[in-house]
Amino acid sequence: MTLYSFMGALEIGLIFSLVALGVLISFRILNFPDLTVDGSFPLGGAVAATLIALGTDPFLATLAALAAGACAGLLTGWFNVRLRIMDLLAGILLMTALYSINLRIMGKPNVPLITEPTIFSMLLPEMMPDYIERPLVLIVIVIAAKLALDWFFSSETGLAMRATGANPRMARAQGVATGRSVLAGLALSNALVALAGALFAQSQGGADISMGIGTIVIGLAAVIIGESILPGRRIVVLTLAVVLGAILYRFFIALALNSDLIGLKSQDLNLVAATLVTVVLVLPILKRRLRGNGGR
Amino acid sequence: MLRAQELRITFNPGTPIENPALRGLSLEIPAGQFVSVIGSNGAGKSTFLNAISGDLLVDQGKVEIDGRDVTRLQAWQRADLVARVFQDPMAGTCEALSIEENMALAMARGRRRGFRFAIGRGDRELFRDKLAILNLGLENRLTDRIGLLSGGQRQAVSLLMASLQPSRILLLDEHTAALDPKTAAFVLELTARIVEENKLTTMMVTHSMRQALDYGSRTVMLHRGQVVLDVAGEQRAGLDVPDLLEMFERTRGEKVSDDALLLG
Repeated sequence: MTLYSFMGALEIGLIFSLVALGVLISFRILNFPDLTVDGSFPLGGAVAATLIALGTDPFLATLAALAAGACAGLLTGWFNVRLRIMDLLAGILLMTALYSINLRIMGKPNVPLITEPTIFSMLLPEMMPDYIERPLVLIVIVIAAKLALDWFFSSETGLAMRATGANPRMARAQGVATGRSVLAGLALSNALVALAGALFAQSQGGADISMGIGTIVIGLAAVIIGESILPGRRIVVLTLAVVLGAILYRFFIALALNSDLIGLKSQDLNLVAATLVTVVLVLPILKRRLRGNGGR
Repeated sequence: MLRAQELRITFNPGTPIENPALRGLSLEIPAGQFVSVIGSNGAGKSTFLNAISGDLLVDQGKVEIDGRDVTRLQAWQRADLVARVFQDPMAGTCEALSIEENMALAMARGRRRGFRFAIGRGDRELFRDKLAILNLGLENRLTDRIGLLSGGQRQAVSLLMASLQPSRILLLDEHTAALDPKTAAFVLELTARIVEENKLTTMMVTHSMRQALDYGSRTVMLHRGQVVLDVAGEQRAGLDVPDLLEMFERTRGEKVSDDALLLG
């Protein structure tokens, strides 16, 4: 693997670690299988790219994308909590609606960012190649997001959110407004995912209507890989685990696609992804069998 | 103080499986009293408890706690007034969270939750002191997941959690029913002690006539969603399980066939 492709994999891995953090909040902490993600990732990209193309400051555009993602999450939560629509279905509805909304925002299927400034180009120091600078910027963002989440989930409100996912009846008995917890958690989760979408569009040269397909699978894969390489239930461990999971996932994919030996091409991406997730899921069971207990 | 007036709840109204669980149930519990509530399956004990806690909203009637009308408030909105221990040890605690996190959740019951650290300075010492009372060695296991504890240990912690913040009424929902006899006795003794020490107004629902007579100062029997028996003071002191049973049969004019009421 060349340095260039190494940094490229790291860059995308870091972006998807924000998705993984979002998925961690919805799937693991709130126990809410939220599929909005497939719509809020391109939403973030669409909002950021469109605003930047219109001449908005890239930082402001990224913040706007984050806010848009939060709104999408709030809507999914509202569908579920207030309108009593099943969690999975609420996410699917939003995801479907967001496809049209994203097209409306962009006005066309894709918005290229070639010459326009991005947060990466604005922060780029002289004499540093951009393929090294981008991962560095992303590392700072990801670490900041991880630490912020660690802090939040150790606060009273954050702990109430964890209780909401783990045992809603108990949470209500302790005075937690569980409905509000779900709304806030989904807003937070989708804000992170939209932020990832905004960064993805800026790092990959534009937003595209189909950029969201499979986001949830990648996010889940990252969470599952992270949990199996770094088990633990403490929040600081969990957040670190999913970040590492997202980066590792990307490296596996890059390795699989780059090795001419196996003969895999980029069109095999989704097959490789599904195989990888299956292996990680089965690995713990195999390990137990090899140790001799739990074999059936 | 609790005042329940003419509570009515009907499950599945207007369907063939319509079930009137509470039919005009009224009960008043003065501050500081420990009432045991007994009744056979389907008598409405759990429904009554859920109506007080806000897990169920009544169709008709009025629930007042400490003079405040809470009839239309959701469970979380009246959590500052109501503390609760569930029948299922799994229900009252968060399995995935640690002992200290569970206790921190209970510490914030009825308060506005902000962005302060959930486990603040000094909280750990407080939790350790409280847990030490149990004599179960839990004071050294603050960061252990609560799912690792046995059912009895979890119920004991639930009781502590219920007493961390002041409440106007403590609801115990057959909280020893899922435990083995020895552990149940331990949890009951602990209950009596915590109620006594904190002068808690308490309503304990139980399946066992023995327990109902041994604990508290007043016993109420429910049948078909109404109070059919209400004894306290000297009248209650002289009662034994067979007497209670006889009174029950007399009031209802029918034989008790629920073994669980007689045993246990």
